[in-house]
Amino acid sequence: MINMRRMAKRSEPYVFGAIVLLCLLIQVQSKQFFTGNNLVDLARSMIVPALFSIGAMMVIVSGGIDVSFPAIASLAMYATDRILLNVNYSGNVMLAYAMAAGFGLAMGAVNALLIGVLRLPTLVVTLGTSSLFTGIMQGALAASESPVPPSILAHGKEKLFTATNTQLGLTSDMPSQILILLGALLLVFLLLRYTMLGRGIYAIGGDEAAARRAGFNVVGVKVFIYCFVGAMAGVTGMVRASMMMNAHPTNLLGMEMTVIAAVVLGGTRVTGGLGTLTGTMLGVALMIILSNSLILIGIPTYWTRVFTGAVIIIGTGVTAWQAGGSGRRLASSGTGL
Amino acid sequence: MSDNSTATAAPRIAVPRDRNILRLSIFLAAVFLLMTALRPSIFLMPSNFNSMMRQFPEYGIMAIGISLTMITGGMDLAVVGTANLSAIIAAKFLLAEVPRGAPPEQALPMIIVAVLLALICGLACGAFSGFLIARMRIPAILATLGTQQLFTGIAIVITNGRPQSRLPLLYSQIGNTELWDFIPLPFVIFCAVAIIIGLALSKTRFGPKLYMLGTNAKAARFAGLNNEGILVRTYMISGFLSSIAGLIMMARANSAKADYGASYTMQCILIAVLGGVDPNGGFGKIGGVTIAILILQVLSSGLNMFENVSNFYRDVIWGGVLIIVLVINLVVDGKARRNGARA
Repeated sequence: MINMRRMAKRSEPYVFGAIVLLCLLIQVQSKQFFTGNNLVDLARSMIVPALFSIGAMMVIVSGGIDVSFPAIASLAMYATDRILLNVNYSGNVMLAYAMAAGFGLAMGAVNALLIGVLRLPTLVVTLGTSSLFTGIMQGALAASESPVPPSILAHGKEKLFTATNTQLGLTSDMPSQILILLGALLLVFLLLRYTMLGRGIYAIGGDEAAARRAGFNVVGVKVFIYCFVGAMAGVTGMVRASMMMNAHPTNLLGMEMTVIAAVVLGGTRVTGGLGTLTGTMLGVALMIILSNSLILIGIPTYWTRVFTGAVIIIGTGVTAWQAGGSGRRLASSGTGL
Repeated sequence: MSDNSTATAAPRIAVPRDRNILRLSIFLAAVFLLMTALRPSIFLMPSNFNSMMRQFPEYGIMAIGISLTMITGGMDLAVVGTANLSAIIAAKFLLAEVPRGAPPEQALPMIIVAVLLALICGLACGAFSGFLIARMRIPAILATLGTQQLFTGIAIVITNGRPQSRLPLLYSQIGNTELWDFIPLPFVIFCAVAIIIGLALSKTRFGPKLYMLGTNAKAARFAGLNNEGILVRTYMISGFLSSIAGLIMMARANSAKADYGASYTMQCILIAVLGGVDPNGGFGKIGGVTIAILILQVLSSGLNMFENVSNFYRDVIWGGVLIIVLVINLVVDGKARRNGARA
């Protein structure tokens, strides 16, 4: 039996309620929400933000904040793409994913060294590395939009099924990359739930000193987080390239704000120690439905930024309010680095 | 009571920090000499100094604002959004109230009102961020991440994302005035801001309160400080300074747009950290921040002299310098702290 009092203190039910209300509102306004192709379109546009949000959630749970993942994803994807194009690669797409993950891991290791080992503030470090990686991509590699190798192109065209909207004659394909998202969710779920490493992520986010005394290797856990998140960002970059069927160096940049907003909205506590994959996915779903469907209810797209901002403020405000009252939160009123 | 404790603490803190300013000055001199040696014919030209004095005030003023919030242990990621929103409100007002080709005596009062509106907008934006941080207790990074989106969003909505140009000529004429045909007005404004904020930190009671809050918020509260009030005031100052920067940007570009200066946030944080402001709060001086601004401007103007160096290398250099400075500070401060503990 679900403990109702505990449920009322969590954010997932509220986010879920907000999603249901929003969906009904859009359905009433446009009659186009609960159509096969719209739902598939929403799932399609959720894949990349959802993959990013898994990593962002792990970082925030551990008490940090990472803004460098779009830069890591872009550089890892672009470098992989260029190397494969140069050697006229035509083999399996798995190598492309492995390479992108490798590049991502290497860049994540830079963050891991600075944050985990040298204990520098996470926001400042990741702002710096973000600028560094973007600069390397656009300066040293002189990145511009470029094609992808044939195997990635073929992978991008794979679809699981096609949904048709008979009323409007529109069709939408469910991309096979959604399997990568599901795989990542399963992997991270098992990691966070059943391994000591996963419990360590929650422990150091809750109270680092206590986690250390309880015997967790705090440095090791942090190094793991940033390396893992870097590798995931690399894979996400490749997912994006294959879905778009070209390698665009800059169109992932700037996504960090929406992703962090979604994670926080999903009930991940901004000071660390608390957060679930379910909540994170609900948060992403809400953000995507908001930005994709504003147009369906007749709100012009340039309102998106206002909504993103409002959602971050309200979402973080509610979480902070729930956590409030305890002196520890008050004392750290300015920090959160 | 609180005054006593800071008075005894101040000299002990001041020693390594003044060494930091010395270190920064040497670094500035080195960068300056390097650029002079590489391109003496261009770099030492008066026109180069003039253009440097035009460029840095807008981000320099924002960097001072961010530094103040970082001294409290916070962060203001909304400076650029605040600057653009303030400029757009001033621009909208000017476009509505001053007909095209209006004589200066008709335009001037409206320009004064527009500037006041922009400054009020900056104060309001800062007050809102401060309210979220101090009262709602949202961590500063996330609160200002949200307000940055919100302010930029509002700016986009009220302009439909289009630049607001064709402003009264008089505005950019005033904004681009040069004293003795050499010193640009924005530079004078920057100097005034740096001196006033520097004095506020070192000579008024606000300064020690800010450092105490940043060093240990709980101790500051138990010492009887009104933490919430100080935080709200700090973010209001940051917002006010951002709106000044926005007005300068508007004069330089002769237009206002929702996405001007997007790279300034990162640059301002870099300046603050380079200038010796501790991102965890409690440390930082305006003198150091000012030298850091000059270092960045000399580096940036120097890079401009080489046409074949892509602009994107600047991102690499900024990011790299930020991380290197963090590591150097860590090593030096770590040593100082260990020495301090022994003594």
